[in-house]
Amino acid sequence: MCGIAGIIHRDGTGDIGTEMTTMLQSMKHRGPDSSGFALYGPPNDLLVMRIKLADPNEARDFGWSERLERHRNEVEHRLAKIGAMVDVIQGEQEYAYRVTFRYSGELKPLADYIEDVPGCEVLSLGHSLEIIKDLNDAESVAERYRLRGFTGTHAIGHVRMATESDVDISGAHPYWAYPFSDIAVVHNGQLTNYHMWRRRLERSGHRFQSECDSEIIAVYLAQKMDGGLSLETAMKQSLDELDGVFTYLVVTADSLGAAKDEMAAKPLVLYESPELVALASEEVAIRTVIGREIDTYDPYEREVLVWHR
Amino acid sequence: MKISYDARGLAEPAAQAPKIATIETGESGSRAVFDAAALSTRQINLELRRLIYDEGVTDVTVRNPGAKHSIAVGILARCRLTIEGSLGYFGCGLIDGPEIHIRGRVGWSVAENMMSGVVLVDKNSGSLTGAALRGGDLVVRGDVGARSGIDQKGGTIIVGGNAGMMTGFMLQRGRQIICGNVGGGLGDSMYDGALYVGGKITSLGVDCVEAGLTADDDEFLARKLRIYGIEPPGAFRKFVCGRKLWNYDNLEPAERKLVL
Repeated sequence: MCGIAGIIHRDGTGDIGTEMTTMLQSMKHRGPDSSGFALYGPPNDLLVMRIKLADPNEARDFGWSERLERHRNEVEHRLAKIGAMVDVIQGEQEYAYRVTFRYSGELKPLADYIEDVPGCEVLSLGHSLEIIKDLNDAESVAERYRLRGFTGTHAIGHVRMATESDVDISGAHPYWAYPFSDIAVVHNGQLTNYHMWRRRLERSGHRFQSECDSEIIAVYLAQKMDGGLSLETAMKQSLDELDGVFTYLVVTADSLGAAKDEMAAKPLVLYESPELVALASEEVAIRTVIGREIDTYDPYEREVLVWHR
Repeated sequence: MKISYDARGLAEPAAQAPKIATIETGESGSRAVFDAAALSTRQINLELRRLIYDEGVTDVTVRNPGAKHSIAVGILARCRLTIEGSLGYFGCGLIDGPEIHIRGRVGWSVAENMMSGVVLVDKNSGSLTGAALRGGDLVVRGDVGARSGIDQKGGTIIVGGNAGMMTGFMLQRGRQIICGNVGGGLGDSMYDGALYVGGKITSLGVDCVEAGLTADDDEFLARKLRIYGIEPPGAFRKFVCGRKLWNYDNLEPAERKLVL
């Protein structure tokens, strides 16, 4: 089933960490397997990278902690080697880290070099995007990663009921549009031409970390935008080129978009005001950030909506 | 069957009616009001049942429903209900008898399988509005999503605004009045019944054909819209089943292609 949510403060900032946590927690019944957040903090000169070195539910042998420590040092060593000036490396969990660094080169070689460390996956990379995802419900993830109080401009989130791939961090949403900075996607639905698009995108040099069909949407859109298309045009093309049922949300450094497939098979409820736009699979999620009775509507089939800051 | 195991914490097997409603008894029966803001879905429904079945209240108002799911389901008595706000999914499903006025919007599958009564929604409605409706009137003053009245077997769905795609999908009996525009695939695979559309039609579904309006149709449309105070659009068009797919044993190749 899965639940998705998005929020964008059109002017100013908000406590998007708390907002997204309450929105996602109210949709826990849609998917309790894993929860994920893509949060946009204030833009920074430094790059911020979120990585995981292992999965919390994998079998732990005696050398687990030592190995993670060694791999973490290897990440730091490789960042230095490729020319990045590490500012802070912060362990949110034994297996998940947030790294800020100064770097002016291409992102793809850097991401590839880091991911070459065993078990390592770059969850997000950009100047303001941070993707936090882990197993269990939104409140426990927010607690573990101290997300309440995260101030920012816009965010999307996802609660997952795994249908297409494993229950692990790699299979959790949101997906970063590797290797394009500051783009992320959450998706509710199933893509039926996933393998075709995966092979096609792999041929142009992209890597995929999971078996999850949603992962291709982020890379698909980012590649189109890298080729010069606007976010809106890329999303419109996706309605014809992606098969299956989907409602997805996409975020970039300054915008939030939503698209629905031609069967209108997956729900989306939209609330729009001059200050704030909030979307979710269910209205109860929107009500956790807006306490009063509000007017909302459901976008129709083949609708593409984009809000810019 | 008594539920004793509640792994996901949703069924609330131990929930009790909170007994917080204020009841006033007047000349025309008793009225009750309660605030649902702090209540769970199950508590709201238990309170409604207590008021309607145990206390014999005939007019209940629910404040602050907060877009919760599955509110006012399975009520099998003649009564009047007012919901002062919006409901989530599956609101007012499986009911037989009540007249329900929702002063906000509703999510997916409102009044699913309603047997009789009236559900009046002041704002929009999600997809699957009136799924498997059996009887009564379901009125949405705003817009509705996709697949309204999927598998409808009776009753009337009236929409003041626009409707999404596949409206009247697999309609078996009953009628729908859409005052605004409808999306693609109108009346796809319908068996019987009638669809009246006041606005533009994107496309017709498989085996859905246009029919002429009769005097009875005009009377029906005027009467239903008058009851609910909905301004009629200029003119209605009527769509019914083409009946090409009624008999599956001797389908011609052309019809076979139509369904596949």
